[in-house]
Amino acid sequence: MSDVPTNAPEHCPGTQSEQAGKASPCQGCPNQSFCASGASKLPDPAIAQIAEKMKTVKHKILVLSGKGGVGKSTFSAHLAHALAADTTKEVALLDVDICGPSIPRIMGIEGEQVHQSGSGWSPVYVEDNLAVMSIGFLLSSPDDAVIWRGPKKNGMIKQFLRDVDWGDLDYLIIDTPPGTSDEHLSVVQYLTAASITGAVIITTPQEVSLQDVRKEIRFCQKVKLPIIGVVENMSGFVCPKCTNMSQIFPPTTGGAEQMCKMLNLPLLGKVPLDPRIGRSCDEGMSFLEVVPDSPAAKVYQVIVQSEYEHRETYTHTHRSSFHT
Amino acid sequence: MAQKDGGNLAQVRRVVLVLSGKGGVGKSTITTELALALRHAGKKVGILDVDLCGPSIPRMLSVGRPEVHQCDSGWVPVYTDADQSLALMSIGFLLEDPDDAVVWRGPKKNAMIGQFVSDVAWGELDVLLVDTPPGTSDEHLSVLENLRKHRVDGAILVTTPQAVSTGDVRREITFCKKTGVRIIGIVENMSGFVCPHCSECSNIFSKGGGEELAKLTGSTFLGSVPLDPALTTCIEEGKDFIQAFPESATFRAINSICRSLLSSLEVS
Repeated sequence: MSDVPTNAPEHCPGTQSEQAGKASPCQGCPNQSFCASGASKLPDPAIAQIAEKMKTVKHKILVLSGKGGVGKSTFSAHLAHALAADTTKEVALLDVDICGPSIPRIMGIEGEQVHQSGSGWSPVYVEDNLAVMSIGFLLSSPDDAVIWRGPKKNGMIKQFLRDVDWGDLDYLIIDTPPGTSDEHLSVVQYLTAASITGAVIITTPQEVSLQDVRKEIRFCQKVKLPIIGVVENMSGFVCPKCTNMSQIFPPTTGGAEQMCKMLNLPLLGKVPLDPRIGRSCDEGMSFLEVVPDSPAAKVYQVIVQSEYEHRETYTHTHRSSFHT
Repeated sequence: MAQKDGGNLAQVRRVVLVLSGKGGVGKSTITTELALALRHAGKKVGILDVDLCGPSIPRMLSVGRPEVHQCDSGWVPVYTDADQSLALMSIGFLLEDPDDAVVWRGPKKNAMIGQFVSDVAWGELDVLLVDTPPGTSDEHLSVLENLRKHRVDGAILVTTPQAVSTGDVRREITFCKKTGVRIIGIVENMSGFVCPHCSECSNIFSKGGGEELAKLTGSTFLGSVPLDPALTTCIEEGKDFIQAFPESATFRAINSICRSLLSSLEVS
């Protein structure tokens, strides 16, 4: 049974919820006694199905932040581009931001459609070795809003993980919305048996961001999700005219550097603000290609290179573990 | 919980949602600055912070982590001043540890929001601003469902200029249309940065997208607020920007938006 059965009432709490069968919207629902008996909360068979699917995916990396607008999608997209620059690697980017799917625009494939076949949904290919899936491809207009409550979003995420025909992948990058809610719990839950490589946490320097990001780090610890490291984005702005630096988002409490020291986490890099990044994203181009000399592009390359080397070393050292 | 006739929102004259499809565009900052500007204009203001995962307003108003008390009518909001002209209720006040994550699925968030909307003893307010998280999901639907029993006078939508942002805000506009929420107007935040060293203006997050979005969707453009490190520093440190920088272009921009908001609310 799916999280929200098709014959469920409007405010169905979801068949996996503690309230399943017991909440007031359940009154009169044909599934009420089934849910109340606990039968709906047996381990979701999708977890095993997804684990099976993920056997052909070597590295699964989540990109998280407690805070919105810090550059998760920008980072996810450019991490995917940078990894796919090695044409011997197969890379995919999954966008689980159901309400605000930015990835199609940032990757320059807005308006593309997904197709279904016997082997599942086909993702949209940006390059031969770079595939993308997002709810954005299922919407018919840029004005379409996805006004869904949690259980329905969870169902979509399950489908993305179980039913997309990714093929063999070296890297699956999962871009998430801000927060610590349904989407995050669902991704972690559905990948329980598939082992996530880890999470990259994105922040900006100011405390208003860090206070949300610390919550995200707590979330990772609660669900035992390894943290690969932290990226500090929008870290200073160099005026193109006078080349003086301004801290637009001031690190009043020491920025990501201080937070990483306190929490004993790796700081993967500090990416400065560059107006060309926003422009590239708006135009669906990779700024790593458009402005490779930008200080921001250089920091990205360093982060990605060190990650790539780490993962490839890990794969080489633990090759046998992928076949268990 | 016993309530007065008409409930806790009976003496709240106007209720305004602050929305955006996009995260990080400055909803909480704009909510805070509009609240301060409204207070500056002599109004009694409340802020309801329903961003359960990322409650930012307590820090922006420098109220720390006060204890929240209950009275016969419900929770007593936290006042930021002795005059009680600016009241605040946020989930941030209920967390023992500020670094604790609220890891709740939709149904639990809905229940908390229901309580927040109905069980805060606001008393008499001219305007209640409701700060929301990004998106079009549980929090937004629950806030509307619960506020509808009282009133919703409209929504302000916040965006930054670039297309990645306005792309999400278009969906929020659809949300408003589908749920029957009047769109008071669109605010474009982070609209240009004037270098303090040489006065060169850089459009870090592009330019003009908010105004274009308003034209495209037939909404009112309320105005733009520039990127101002003085504003971000005040927000960081919980200082009143309006008191600290009353002559700034940023304050003029915020004040103009505040005046448009008041004028729009009087008409409705």
